[in-house]
Amino acid sequence: MKIMVAVKRVIDYAVKIRVKPDKTGVETQNVKMSMNPFCEIALEEALRIKEGGMASEVVAVSMGPAQCVDTLRTGLAMGADRAIHVDATGPLYPLSVAKLFKALVELEKPGLLILGKQAIDDDCNQTGQMVAGLLGWPQGTFASKVVLDKEKQLATVDREVDGGLETLCMDLPAVITTDLRLNQPRYATLPNIMKAKSKVIKKYTPQELNIEIKSDLEVLQVTEPPKRKAGVIVSSVDELIDKLKNEAHVI
Amino acid sequence: MQKWRATRRLLLNSYSSKSRFDHPRSNPISDHSTTISRSSSGFESWTSRILHYRHFATAMIQRNPSFSTLNSNDINHFKGILGDKNVIEDEDTLLSANTDWMRKYKGSSKLLLQPRTTQEVSEVLKYCNSRRLAVVPQGGNTGVVGGSVPVFDEVIINVGSMKQVISLDKVSGVLVCEAGCILENLVSFLDNQGFIMPLDLGAKGSCQIGGNVSTNAGGLRLVRYGSLHGTVLGIEAVLANGDVLDMLGTLRKDNTGYDLKHLFIGSEGSLGIVTKVSILTPPKLSSVNLAFLACKDYSSCQKLLFEAKRRLGEILSAFEFLDNESLNLALNHLEGVRNPLPPAMHNFYVLIETTGSDETYDKEKLEAFLLRSMEVGLISDGVIAQDINQASSFWRIREGVPEALMKAGAIYKYDLSLPVETMYNLVEEMRTKLGNSAKVIGFGHLGDGNLHLNISTPQYDDAILAQIEPFVYEWTSKQRGSISAEHGLGLMKANKIFYSKSHETVQLMASIKKLMDPNGILNPYKVLPHSI
Repeated sequence: MKIMVAVKRVIDYAVKIRVKPDKTGVETQNVKMSMNPFCEIALEEALRIKEGGMASEVVAVSMGPAQCVDTLRTGLAMGADRAIHVDATGPLYPLSVAKLFKALVELEKPGLLILGKQAIDDDCNQTGQMVAGLLGWPQGTFASKVVLDKEKQLATVDREVDGGLETLCMDLPAVITTDLRLNQPRYATLPNIMKAKSKVIKKYTPQELNIEIKSDLEVLQVTEPPKRKAGVIVSSVDELIDKLKNEAHVI
Repeated sequence: MQKWRATRRLLLNSYSSKSRFDHPRSNPISDHSTTISRSSSGFESWTSRILHYRHFATAMIQRNPSFSTLNSNDINHFKGILGDKNVIEDEDTLLSANTDWMRKYKGSSKLLLQPRTTQEVSEVLKYCNSRRLAVVPQGGNTGVVGGSVPVFDEVIINVGSMKQVISLDKVSGVLVCEAGCILENLVSFLDNQGFIMPLDLGAKGSCQIGGNVSTNAGGLRLVRYGSLHGTVLGIEAVLANGDVLDMLGTLRKDNTGYDLKHLFIGSEGSLGIVTKVSILTPPKLSSVNLAFLACKDYSSCQKLLFEAKRRLGEILSAFEFLDNESLNLALNHLEGVRNPLPPAMHNFYVLIETTGSDETYDKEKLEAFLLRSMEVGLISDGVIAQDINQASSFWRIREGVPEALMKAGAIYKYDLSLPVETMYNLVEEMRTKLGNSAKVIGFGHLGDGNLHLNISTPQYDDAILAQIEPFVYEWTSKQRGSISAEHGLGLMKANKIFYSKSHETVQLMASIKKLMDPNGILNPYKVLPHSI
């Protein structure tokens, strides 16, 4: 069985981001970019499934400008067997990404598609769900545990939900999106980095996949959240009640 | 928090009635056996350690009788200069100000002063000099040789309230700030402006720049940016008699007369109190890469250093090593730390960091160097950090070793500069000498020839100490090494200077001290030998 993993190149999680002065977005020039942490977890899970003998090949996929290849190299250095880069400039919203994945899935025919639950730059949390919908596949999102049954071609997924944990069982092929507690991603070791140099990265364009990228969304403005105001020390209970009533309007 | 309170109660109960000079050799451990017996073993070794060491250090020294004792007039005078709030006699605060980070040294000062301006520091020192009151300049109190806490009842002058950043020249990168600025805060401030501090150390969350300068702190980036003697452009300091010495130049080149600021860099507060610093900050470069590598023996580590300096050249920004035992200690005692190279435990580990301006170029250069080193057998395994989080976790291992040592029990800590070829031989000799009685670990700034030799035992034990000293110092001396590469002399090594400096040199140091501080009130009993 082949596993396809989606990896996204985002601003490094530890960087302190700044909003561009023209408020059109976040400053990305000269800022460290890395693989989305949830995508690392997704790739780690795929590698563990392969090492457990349940899969034969792990394919990492990334979409965006040329620099995405760096992220794919990291994925190959972690242990993915090959990579696919969909070369597209301009903003890629979840629906476009989902359509592109549908096209790739029809080409590659993987038994499992694993994505991170969301990207830390847009926090959309939509792509996995949309692909599953487009493909008509079952989905196990916010996965904190994944167990595969090769014989019965089933996946049992523990999901992190508001109330606790929910366990779902689904037929393969399926879409899984990964949550934080699923695993701890491995580091890229030197022997694997060396092997990665000879691994293949295949390039596609949206035209080759017969997908038209349309932006249904337009970003109007990006602003910083309002600065936290200092607290006020009140001198009496009466003053507190007055403030709660007349300023905060909570009583 | 609970542990701290319980400890404090125990210490206050034990020390309030006893006077140090009455029972220089009494054994306080047996007196407190009932109170200690209920506690956990970690707590026990903590308290017995502090009790034991305090007596060890001060039993050898007598309080200088020429120093005056504080009286209420003094306190009122200080209140007049600083205001009531900044004259502290509260026991809780005094306890932590009197104790060093390693909890090895504890003074019994009754007064902590917190001046906010250079003028206040000047008036305080002038008064102390006229009254012959001994003082201890204090910053972040993160030193490890007992130089930042009183030995007896010296007045503590803590410059932590002087934490303004005065200016940053965005073209030249010259930062002018007050001595109480915490290093990590300066790093954050500079980060927004596109600069970095030229020094970095594990204590950055607490240490202050005034203290860093006064102790000529080294740290992890010395191999790239050099020492503070090169990066500090100017200093404002207050002398013992209250005179303010304004040498706060911001010029890269200034050959007008004797460059006196160097006297204050590394003299550990014994020649003056540093109140402002002007430092050259390097531009922040965008591409930082970090590799955590395993080597099978020490000679591979050395050869790796040689190759790294040549092949990585200008982008090399840190080269650290730690041995197997150091990694074990870090993995066992620190939280949230995992072995980057499981499952095998290798003999030596090396951290190589590169900093440059081109991400792709640097990464390629580093990968090519590492792969080649692996092919020729210098490295047995390694990982490269793929994002900032991974890099932080590698650094946490190296920077966390001192912390792990604290949790493991008693520590005998040595900081030596030795020729790189023979450095690790000392660790192996100590290991053979001490056998099973202690755990000997070695780690440090291999790029600078600086070994941190640490010997960890469950309890402090004079028999073990006798096997370590003076052997370690004599060994170092024979190699013409330094018995204190970056930690300084403080109280711990005040009498050991002759292992690394000639008598004539030390005589001249003593003359300078006498000239600048005739009453000897600045940080007494430290740095220079007591025989002088």
